[in-house]
Amino acid sequence: MELFTPDIGLICWMIIPFGVVFFILAKFAWPAIIKGVDKRAAFIDESLKAAQEANDRLAGIKEESEKILVQAREEQLQILKNGADMREQMIKDAKQQAAVEADKLIEEARMAIQKEKEDAIRDVRAQVAELSINIAEKVLRKNLEKKEAQMELVNKLIDEAQKN
Amino acid sequence: MKFCNNNYIAKVILSLCLLFASVSLLKADEGKSEEKGAFDLKEMLFSHVLDSYDWHLFTVGGHHYSIPLPVIVRSPERGWFVFSSSRLAHGENYEGFQIAHDGTYKGKIVELSAVGEQNRPLDLSLTKNAASICFASLLLIVLLVSLASGYKKDPFTPRRGFAGSVEMLTLSILNDVIKPCVGSEYRRFAPYLLTAFFFIFFNNLLGLIPIVPGGANVTGNISITFVLALFTFVITNFFGSKEYWKEIFWPDVPLWLKAPLPIMPFIELLGIFTKPFALMIRLFANMLAGHIVILVLVGLIFIFSIMIGPVVAAGVSVVSVAFSIFMLLLDVLISFIQAYVFTMLSSIFIGMGRIQHHASH
Repeated sequence: MELFTPDIGLICWMIIPFGVVFFILAKFAWPAIIKGVDKRAAFIDESLKAAQEANDRLAGIKEESEKILVQAREEQLQILKNGADMREQMIKDAKQQAAVEADKLIEEARMAIQKEKEDAIRDVRAQVAELSINIAEKVLRKNLEKKEAQMELVNKLIDEAQKN
Repeated sequence: MKFCNNNYIAKVILSLCLLFASVSLLKADEGKSEEKGAFDLKEMLFSHVLDSYDWHLFTVGGHHYSIPLPVIVRSPERGWFVFSSSRLAHGENYEGFQIAHDGTYKGKIVELSAVGEQNRPLDLSLTKNAASICFASLLLIVLLVSLASGYKKDPFTPRRGFAGSVEMLTLSILNDVIKPCVGSEYRRFAPYLLTAFFFIFFNNLLGLIPIVPGGANVTGNISITFVLALFTFVITNFFGSKEYWKEIFWPDVPLWLKAPLPIMPFIELLGIFTKPFALMIRLFANMLAGHIVILVLVGLIFIFSIMIGPVVAAGVSVVSVAFSIFMLLLDVLISFIQAYVFTMLSSIFIGMGRIQHHASH
C-alpha cells in the first residue's frame, strides 16, 4: 500500500533539504543561539554576583558610617562635657579670684579706714591735747597766780606720776 | 502598534496575491464519468493525505485549481525527463508517462511500455510534499539564521515575540531533553536534535494550515519519518562507543544466552533497527491519524448530506465543525508533543550509544 511504502523520490527530496537545513543551522544558527544564551546567562550571573558584592560593600559602608557617627556623637558629647567643665572651672576660678580680690580690697579698705580712724583719733587727740593744754594753761595761769597753788599742783602731778 | 499589524497583514495578503498570480493556475474539468453528487470519502481522504504531483489549491464549480510542480523522471531506456505536472493532469499521457489510475502504482507516474505494461521510472519529481519540505526548510533557515545573527550582535537583551518563543523552545529542549538524555557530551549532538525538533515542529504546524503553502501531510508521510529515523540511526551507531557495541555483541548475561547460540546478541542487534523503526512509525502514525480524523469529521458533513439530506447535514455540520476545530487544536498540541517525543527518543538513543561504562558496576 502506498501509504506505508517509502518513496525513493521523496526520500531524496527529504534527505537533501533536511541535510542542508541541518548543516546550515548547525553551522550558523544553533551555536550562535546557544552561545548567546550562555553569554547572557553568564552576564546575569556576573551581574548578580556584582550586585551582591556591591550590596555587601554598601552594608559595610553603612556599618562603618554608623560607627563613625556614633564616634562623632561621643566626641561631641566629650567636647560638650569638657566645655561645660571648663566653663564651671573658669567660673569657679573667677569667683575664687574675685573673692580673694574682694577680700584684699576689703582688707585694704579696712586698713585704710583704720589708718584714717587712727589719724583722725590722733588729730582729735592732738587737738584735744592742745585744747586741754590751752585750757589748762589758761586755768593754770589763773590758778597759779598764787604760789601755794603752784606747789600743790606740782605735788599732785608728782603723785600722779608716781602712781602711773 | 496597530499600524504595524495592518502593514503586516497587508504584506501577507499582497504576497499571497503575488503567489497566486505568479503560478499558472491549472484549470481542469471534473471527470465526466464521476456521478454528480457522489462523495467518495476514501478518495477524498487519500487525495489529502498522500503525496501528489501538483499542489491542489481549491475547486470551484467542478474545476480544480492547482499549482503545477516539476516532474523529474528517468526512464531506464530513454533517460531523464523534466516537465510540468500539468501535462499529466486528468490521466493525460506525456512522452509515454502518465499517472496510473489503478494497479500497484496507483497515483504514481508510470511509463507505458510497448506492450502496455506499467513500469515505474526513477521518479525524483518535486512533489507536493517535497515542495512543502523545501518551503519549510527555507523558512527554518531564514528565521533561525536571522535570529542567530541577532544573538551575535547583542546577546544580552532578553528576546520577545517569535524570537523569545524560539529561544524558550530551544532552551527547554536543550536543557530538559537533550542534556539529561544524551549526557555529558550533549552539546555535540544538540545541533542535530534541535534541528530535528524544529523541522518536525514546523512541518507539523504547516501541515495543519489548510491553504498553500501549508496543508501537505509531510510528517505523516512514511518517507519523511523514514529519513528522520535514518538520521538518528546513523548518528547513534556512527558515534556509538566501544561499550555500546560490546553491550550488543557480548552483553552482560549468562554465558549460555550468548555462547554457542548468540540469542542475546541477535536480540540486541535487532534492537538497533527496531528503535529507529519505532521512531519512524510513531511520528508517521500520529500525524497521519490527526489529519485523517479531521478529514473524516469534515467528510461526515458530505456523507450525511448525501445519505439523509441537506437539513440533517446542516445539523451534523455544526457538530462536525466543532469537533474538527477541537481536533485541529488537539493536533497543534500533538504537533508539539510528537516533535518533542521524537527529539527525546533520539536523544535517549544517542545517549545509549554514548554509554561509557556499565551501570551495574
